[in-house]
Amino acid sequence: MSCLQTIQDYALRSIGYGERLLPREGYDLCQQFTLIGSGLIWNLYFAVLALSFGFVLANAVALAKASGNRWLRGPANGFIFLFRGSPLFIQFFIAYEALVLLPRAGIDVMGITVQTSWLTRAWAGALIVLTLNTAAYSAQIFHGALMSVPKGDVEAADAYGMTGWTRFRRVIWPTMMRLAWPSYTNEAIFLFHATTLVYFSGFPAFQQKGDALYYASYFADRTFNPFVAYPIAAGYFILATLALIWAFGRVNRRLNRHLPGAATRIRYRPLMTR
Amino acid sequence: MFSYCADPSSLEGLVWLSCYLTTATHMMFYASFGTVLLLLAITAPIALLFGFGGAMALRSRIAPLRWFGGIYTSMVRGVPDIIFFLFVPIALDQGFEWVRHQILCDSDAPVRQGNDFVVCAAAKLPLNSAAPWVHDAYGIFLAVIAFSVVFGAFAANVLSGAMAAVPRAQLETAEAYGMTPRQVNRRVLIPQMWTYALPGLSNLWMILIKATPLLFILGVEDIVYWARELGGSKTSAFAYPHPDWRLYYFLGILVFYLFMTWISERVLGRVTRRLSRGQATMGGEALRKGAPA
Repeated sequence: MSCLQTIQDYALRSIGYGERLLPREGYDLCQQFTLIGSGLIWNLYFAVLALSFGFVLANAVALAKASGNRWLRGPANGFIFLFRGSPLFIQFFIAYEALVLLPRAGIDVMGITVQTSWLTRAWAGALIVLTLNTAAYSAQIFHGALMSVPKGDVEAADAYGMTGWTRFRRVIWPTMMRLAWPSYTNEAIFLFHATTLVYFSGFPAFQQKGDALYYASYFADRTFNPFVAYPIAAGYFILATLALIWAFGRVNRRLNRHLPGAATRIRYRPLMTR
Repeated sequence: MFSYCADPSSLEGLVWLSCYLTTATHMMFYASFGTVLLLLAITAPIALLFGFGGAMALRSRIAPLRWFGGIYTSMVRGVPDIIFFLFVPIALDQGFEWVRHQILCDSDAPVRQGNDFVVCAAAKLPLNSAAPWVHDAYGIFLAVIAFSVVFGAFAANVLSGAMAAVPRAQLETAEAYGMTPRQVNRRVLIPQMWTYALPGLSNLWMILIKATPLLFILGVEDIVYWARELGGSKTSAFAYPHPDWRLYYFLGILVFYLFMTWISERVLGRVTRRLSRGQATMGGEALRKGAPA
C-alpha cells in the first residue's frame, strides 16, 4: 500500500472518515505519521474550544475575584482554588463519575426532556473540564494583571471623563490583557499539552478513535518500540506549540502596538502557572 | 480490624461503615497515599539535582555540554510531559534489559526481531522468579526516574533563569577578588540564586504534587488504582456489597490534593519570606522596612 493511499485511508480516521479498523500489520513510518497526525485533530479541537470558552469565563471570574462584593468574590476564589489546587487527572475522573450519575433518559425541564447521555462522551465532558480548568488558571493570571494596571492610566481615563463600562472597555481591559498576555501564552501552551490527558481519563475513546497519544501508545504497544511513535507525537506537538507561540506573539504585538519598542518577542517562561 | 466485624451481614449504619473502611484492601488504599508521599519525597531532591546539572551544563564553556543543556531545558517547552511519562519508563526498561542481554546471555540472536523485543530469561528485569515486592519496587523506581527526568528539565529551566538573574556585578566583584570560576560559582552564584529560583521552584513543587496521579498510567498501584478498584460496584458475592461509589472515593482524593496544595502554599510562603531576608529585591526591602529598628 502506497503512502498516499495510507493518507487517504487514515488521515481523517480520528473523526470518523476513512478506514474503520486500525492497521494490523506493517506499522510503517507512513502509517504512524498519518495516524498520529490524525489524532492531533482532537488535541487541537480540545485546545481551541477550551481556550476560547475559557477565555471568556476567565475574564468574568477575574472580575468577580476583584469585586468588592463578598458574594461574588467568595465563589470566584473557591472556583480558582478548587481547579488550581487539584490535579486535572482527578478532575476528569470526578467529572466523569458525576456525569454518569445523571439519569440516562434525560432530565425533564418544564415538559422538555434535556438529553444528558452525550455529556459522558469524551468530546463533551472532557471539554467542559478543560474549559473550567483553564478558566481557573487564566482567571488567576488576569486578576494579577488587573491588580497591576497602572494607577496613572485609570486616573488619565477619569480625567477624560470616562466612567464605568467605557473606562473599563477602553482603558482597563486592554491594559490588563497587555500585562497578562505573556503569562497567558504559557497557560495556553500548558492547556494544549494537557489535552493529551483526555484519553487517559475516565472518558471513553469511541470506536478506537483517539487523540495523538492514543495512536502513539497503540503503535508503541504493538511494536514494542517506543523510539518511533512517541518521538513522532513529540515532534507534532513541538510544531503545534511553535504555531501557538507564533499566533500569540502576533496578538501580543497588536496589544502593544502603541508602545514603541515594547512589543518584544514573548519569552516563554514555563512554570508561571499550573 | 475490630472484633465486632466478624459477621459483616449483621451490621448496620455507622458500625458497618467503620468495619467497611478498615478492611485489608482499604488499608492498602491508605498505604498508597504513603506511596504518593514517598514518591514526592524521593523525586523532589533527585529532580532538583537533575535540574542543577542541566542548568550548570547550560552555562558550561564546553559546547557539546551546552547543547545538551539547551536541548534538555527546552524539552519542557514543546512536548507534553505525559509523553515522557510513557516513553522514559519503557525506554529505560528496554535499555537495562538490552545491556543485561549483551552481558548475561550467550545467544547471538538479535534483541529486536521484527516487532518483538526478545531477551533471554536471565536478562529479564526483574527476574521471573523475583518476589512480588521486587516487581513493585522496580515499577516505582522507573516511575521515579521518569518523574525526575521530566521535572529535572522544568527545574533546569527555572535554575538557569535564576542563575542569569543574579546581578552580573556580584560575579564581577568576585572575579576581581581573584576567585576562580569554580569559586565564583560555589561562593557567590549558587548562594545568591535561590531567592530568584524560589517562585519557580515552589510552582514546580505544586506541579509535581498534581502530577502524582499519573503514576496510575505507569502501572503503579497508587490511589487512583485503588479508588477505581474499591469504588466500583460490589455485588452480594463480596462481604461488603455496595453500589458504585467511585465518585466518593475520587472526592476523597480531591480533598487530599486540595489539602496538600493548601499546606504547601503556607509553607512556601514562609520559606519565601525567610530567603528574601537581606536580599536587594522588593521582597527584601519590604522586610527591611517592616523590621523593628
